[in-house]
Amino acid sequence: MREKSKTHVTLIILALTILGLFLANRFLDAYQVRIINLSGIYVTLGLSMNLINGMTGMFSLGHAGFMAIGAYTVGILTMPVSMKEMNFFMQPIVPFLAQVEWGFLPALFAAGLIAAFFGVLIGAPVLRLTDDYLAIATLGFAEIIRVVFTNTQSLTNGALGLKGIPNYTNTWWSWGVALITIWFISFLMKGTYGKAFLAIREDEVAARAMGISLFKHKVMSFAFGCFFAGVAGGLMAALLGTIDPNMFRITLTFNILLIVVLGGLGKIGGTVISAVIVTVMMEALRFLDESIDLGFVQLKGIPGMRMVVFSIILIFAVIVREKGLLKRAKGRELTYVKN
Amino acid sequence: MGDVSIFLQHLTNGISLGSLYALIAIGYTMVYGILRLINFAHGDIFMLGVYLTYYGVVYTALPWWLVFLLAPVLTGLIGILLERVAYKPLRGSARITILISAIGASFLLQNLGIVIFGGRPRAFPVPQMLNRVIRLGGVSINIVTFIIPAVTILLLIALTYFTTRTKTGLAMRALSKDYETASLMGIDINKIISITFFMGSFLAAIGGILWGSRYPQLMPLMGSMPGLKSFIAAVVGGIGNITGAVMGGFILGLGEIMLVAFLPRLSGYRDAFAFVLLIIILLVKPSGLMGDKVTEKV
Amino acid sequence: MLKIENLHMRFGGVVACNNFNAEIEKGQIVGLIGPNGAGKTTIFNVITGVYRPTAGQIIFSPTGKEQHPLAGLSPDTIAKLGVCRTFQNIRLFGELSVLENVFIGNHLRVKSDVFSTVLRLPHYVAEEKKLYEKSLYLLEKIGLQDTRDEKASSLPYGMQRRLEIARALATNPTLLLLDEPAAGMNPQETRELIQFIREIKQEFDLTIFLIEHHMDVIMEISEKIYVLDHGVLIAEGNPHEIQSNEKVVEAYLGVG
Repeated sequence: MREKSKTHVTLIILALTILGLFLANRFLDAYQVRIINLSGIYVTLGLSMNLINGMTGMFSLGHAGFMAIGAYTVGILTMPVSMKEMNFFMQPIVPFLAQVEWGFLPALFAAGLIAAFFGVLIGAPVLRLTDDYLAIATLGFAEIIRVVFTNTQSLTNGALGLKGIPNYTNTWWSWGVALITIWFISFLMKGTYGKAFLAIREDEVAARAMGISLFKHKVMSFAFGCFFAGVAGGLMAALLGTIDPNMFRITLTFNILLIVVLGGLGKIGGTVISAVIVTVMMEALRFLDESIDLGFVQLKGIPGMRMVVFSIILIFAVIVREKGLLKRAKGRELTYVKN
Repeated sequence: MGDVSIFLQHLTNGISLGSLYALIAIGYTMVYGILRLINFAHGDIFMLGVYLTYYGVVYTALPWWLVFLLAPVLTGLIGILLERVAYKPLRGSARITILISAIGASFLLQNLGIVIFGGRPRAFPVPQMLNRVIRLGGVSINIVTFIIPAVTILLLIALTYFTTRTKTGLAMRALSKDYETASLMGIDINKIISITFFMGSFLAAIGGILWGSRYPQLMPLMGSMPGLKSFIAAVVGGIGNITGAVMGGFILGLGEIMLVAFLPRLSGYRDAFAFVLLIIILLVKPSGLMGDKVTEKV
Repeated sequence: MLKIENLHMRFGGVVACNNFNAEIEKGQIVGLIGPNGAGKTTIFNVITGVYRPTAGQIIFSPTGKEQHPLAGLSPDTIAKLGVCRTFQNIRLFGELSVLENVFIGNHLRVKSDVFSTVLRLPHYVAEEKKLYEKSLYLLEKIGLQDTRDEKASSLPYGMQRRLEIARALATNPTLLLLDEPAAGMNPQETRELIQFIREIKQEFDLTIFLIEHHMDVIMEISEKIYVLDHGVLIAEGNPHEIQSNEKVVEAYLGVG
């Protein structure tokens, strides 16, 4: 009975989402539709990071790097041949990519797979590190990816970036992928593999004693997270039409982290809601950074103010949440001994 | 002959950059030693130190040497404030949450920097006394290049004296060896943590002033890259170990300069060098060159 | 079933276990006792792969035919071979529900791959259903069926200990290691525990190796007892022999 009513709720939400997207496309202006697109992409990003950080308990800060891989994959694969020639005027693009022009769906898939491939390649050696070392190592990898993309002129067009990527992303794509991500992660976490991820988050020693291979499951979770990060990066590229390596700085990872923390580590529903709220807020609070003219009065914006507000929200959210959790978390801390 | 003098020039540049990394790395390593926390905002504290000095020299009538002393003290106090606001409420909770708060603090300081100081780069007012070029055997070297390692060594001697000879320093070391026992022994943890943050921030600010004298362009985001690299230096040397942090700083500084000097084709990858080094160290010897091994008790 | 030969475990300069020998036969309940810090948990940690022994051999032969040397294997591999344990300082998955804790114990026996779990293919759904039934059965066995949806960390101490045993049973072990299962229990609970251990041994065809401080438990339940002091084996034998062994009495009273 409970299962059945759950299914009903899911179907209702799904129908409302589709209706909402339909109405949005009809009645909203381009700027508003763009925010809806961004929300969908951030839902995917938030969930993919939450899978790694919140559900498996690995502290990864590499999301921007894997998004970059996805974004460049889509950019290079979908860009028309003539556009490529215009873009790569400093150095011609490597021959085997020069004539490639893929459809959006296969390109998105490739974006996810390549990001996941690099996720495994990078993750396999470093995922055994504990929280803070893992954080800094993954952050480092994201930086390395950015530096490499800045320097591989004939593959990524270096610091110039790519311009004129076909704008395939619309609300159906962005939210379609978001829904698939929600479905994938919900079902993953319902099954025994997802439960094994949770077990690792809760207690690695006990998880291993229960026969759960840390390496296998951590790499698996990381690869899935990277896959969706890559796909989201691809959607982002096809939404903006222009990408360059500097877009994928740690600030981007920070935005996603904010979504995950506000939505709740390990929470799927919370992440979806907070992704939408944070994206809308990011846009709504833009007035803090930019000057706006209301006709009778001119409000001076202060650049950076928006991020100040968000940083304070992040610290505040962590502290408030932790105050509530602290009571029962006592005694479950790691104890360290030096050998 | 020319080759030797060029090599010497690179060497002095590397040592000077390494000293700067070392000064910032000490702050990371001291805080990590006691709280097991990567103080992500440390690089931004460094940035604050530089800006405070800038404002002190440019907008007050104080002599530059006094500003060079006062600014680090003020930065140290900001360090204490940072710990009180962003870390203290989370003491004892999961490390992942404190790390998130640390990242939040880092972004807060960076963006406060943009709001207050403006995003436009500014020129650091290098005192005439430090801004002299001397010629040594065919190469011209800025005098700051020599002052930086000299100051670093002096501070290091003072710091070693402090941690091995004074009561507070010993308490600090006790706390980093065994938090639980030390807190039972009647050591005032809050006081020691505050002092640690003060000293780390103070040294970062001195590093900042020297950095500004060497690379006189100021930007609110200037702390992030040196901060990350210095943290890497601390990990390479063995986090929690002050000598290790200094060693890591020199390895990183020299490595970076030598990479650019001898493999100019790879100079675009300069910023990646530190991270590659980090990952190699983490895989080969996670405890760092001089670190203690840390294992979990079952 | 399990044979430990010349086991040494050293941490830096500290010798936690020195030349330990033991043999456990199929179907036995064997006790391991000794004063605090004698190195009992260290031996469990070495058997289950948390530590790699400095020297010595551990041979596990669940059916008597094949022989698996355990030293150097990872804890999860050892669990898959059929050795499972509980922890002295309870290590449940605290944030997860009671049922989930037991359910996770099944994971190592799951045959479906991860994609069939996400797509919920029929063969996985059938498998999952069976595992839930088994988990519920185990919960019933330990009397926790009514708290199945509660957070594991919210349970009282004694229940947490039983839940740990149920979680270990879910892995289908042949050899079960219990690290102080009666710690913190009152006499009534302790009696129930003894009964419970006998029951599960029968029902799941287990061999049990346990560490315990409650002497009445150990003496009543064990067929064979090993006594450890300062990492050295000082006595072995049946409960009767151990009770009258002078060395054991000395070790416990701290004389000599």
